[in-house]
Amino acid sequence: MKTLVMEEVSKTFPTGTVALTGVDLIVAAGDFVSVVGPSGCGKSTLLRLAAGLDDVTAGRIQVEATSTSYVFQEPTLLEWRTALANVELVGELRGVPKAERKERAREAFDLVGLTGFEKQFPRQLSGGMRMRVSIARSLVAEPELALFDEPFGALDEITRLRMQTELQRLFQLKAFAGLFITHSIPEAVYLSNRVLVMSGRPGRIVADFNVPWAYPRPPELRYETEFTALTGAVSAALGDHS
Amino acid sequence: MNKRPWYLRMLLSAGPMVGALATAIGLWYAVSYLVLSDDRRFMLPPPHQVIRTSLLDPVHLQPMLDALALSVRVAVVGLVIAVVLGVTQAVVMVQTTWLERALYPYAVILQTVPILALVPLLGIWFGYGFSSRVVVCVIISLFPMISNTLFGLQSPTAAAHDLFTLNKATRWQRLVKLQLPAAVPAIFGGLRISAGLSVIGAIVGDTFFRQGLVGIGGLLDIYTARLQTEDLFTAIGLASVFGVAFFTVFATLDRIIVGRWYGVVRR
Repeated sequence: MKTLVMEEVSKTFPTGTVALTGVDLIVAAGDFVSVVGPSGCGKSTLLRLAAGLDDVTAGRIQVEATSTSYVFQEPTLLEWRTALANVELVGELRGVPKAERKERAREAFDLVGLTGFEKQFPRQLSGGMRMRVSIARSLVAEPELALFDEPFGALDEITRLRMQTELQRLFQLKAFAGLFITHSIPEAVYLSNRVLVMSGRPGRIVADFNVPWAYPRPPELRYETEFTALTGAVSAALGDHS
Repeated sequence: MNKRPWYLRMLLSAGPMVGALATAIGLWYAVSYLVLSDDRRFMLPPPHQVIRTSLLDPVHLQPMLDALALSVRVAVVGLVIAVVLGVTQAVVMVQTTWLERALYPYAVILQTVPILALVPLLGIWFGYGFSSRVVVCVIISLFPMISNTLFGLQSPTAAAHDLFTLNKATRWQRLVKLQLPAAVPAIFGGLRISAGLSVIGAIVGDTFFRQGLVGIGGLLDIYTARLQTEDLFTAIGLASVFGVAFFTVFATLDRIIVGRWYGVVRR
């Protein structure tokens, strides 16, 4: 089963900037696909198109997943709401009955390891905790396809590695397909079963790597020679085209 | 620092202010007695004379308190109207860019029109009493409410708007769950400025529109005309206290509410 199909997708902005040309992409159920590329190559544009936040100039996008979620670069929390109330927002906007939306928010909140932080306001939380709230908020929609726009880019290295392990556990548990944008090659390889490499502007997909290891992957995998060989290959593909 | 007893800490923090006051009173006495001759002392009567013949004399003080009460009413009514109008106009403007382009320039113009030029017109439209005073008050204090609220409504990030778009939020949900809550600190900031301006508006309105009961601004004019300088000083003092009190109320409100709003007390 497929969750997302992109065929020959191009995007040109009104300013004349060509962000993407001829992108073909399929995210099947059970897939976790990462897209790496130099900054400004249109990775985020790709994700915005998939989410329906922007329209394609040419080509076709078909979202076959019944529900999608989106995690932003920044946690994008409402500062005046407590952590738990931020997670409840999604249900509120979608008109889910109060009891049900509270229960679902509660469940997602506990799932990302935030139990005990319900009443904290965003500015009282650390960067990693804020991102957990953001991920919990995206899980409330019970996504079949989860879109991530460099969610860990602003985190420190230690928190970042921990969040990667956490995310891997979540998508194993909730069985959603993922499309993950990042500029970190090890992050892409560690998380995904497929890594796509994009060229610099205009963005095209220039390489497609399969990542063989089964989930769950231990954090130590990052230091195995096969792992570094693969990150090296991705890096080389990136270097050839940027 | 915290080991010092509270009265000492209070003295240390209030010390400079008290010192400045004492210096000012000293200067006042010096000018009254050393610079002005007997026949010109009415220009700056010494403090104790102001207090004795004006502040402590109910015959003099009572009319001032009555006038002040009226001005307070003008300021409060004017401020409430300014807040309602200002927030409403900002909410309307934030709906579409063309509404903002259509309305904002006039908000700016309203702020820059000299009140003096509008006085005859306001008199014809609203009479020369309470209503016109309130209108002056509204005109003077409206703009900060509009501009601050608009700024606050526009403060959510593009990503926050995307979040609402992705969850299929209605225009109304976007307004009440995103834009208005985000604007709360800016609205209170505007309220602080407008509160101070509404006091000025009430006093200015008083001096232009003199029909009916006299306000504190009207009294200032009367005392000047009669050369009752002791009363003039007391009235100025009362008007200032009124302004400071009004400002303090809203500054405190701002701190408490906005602090709560974000879960921590700012500053």
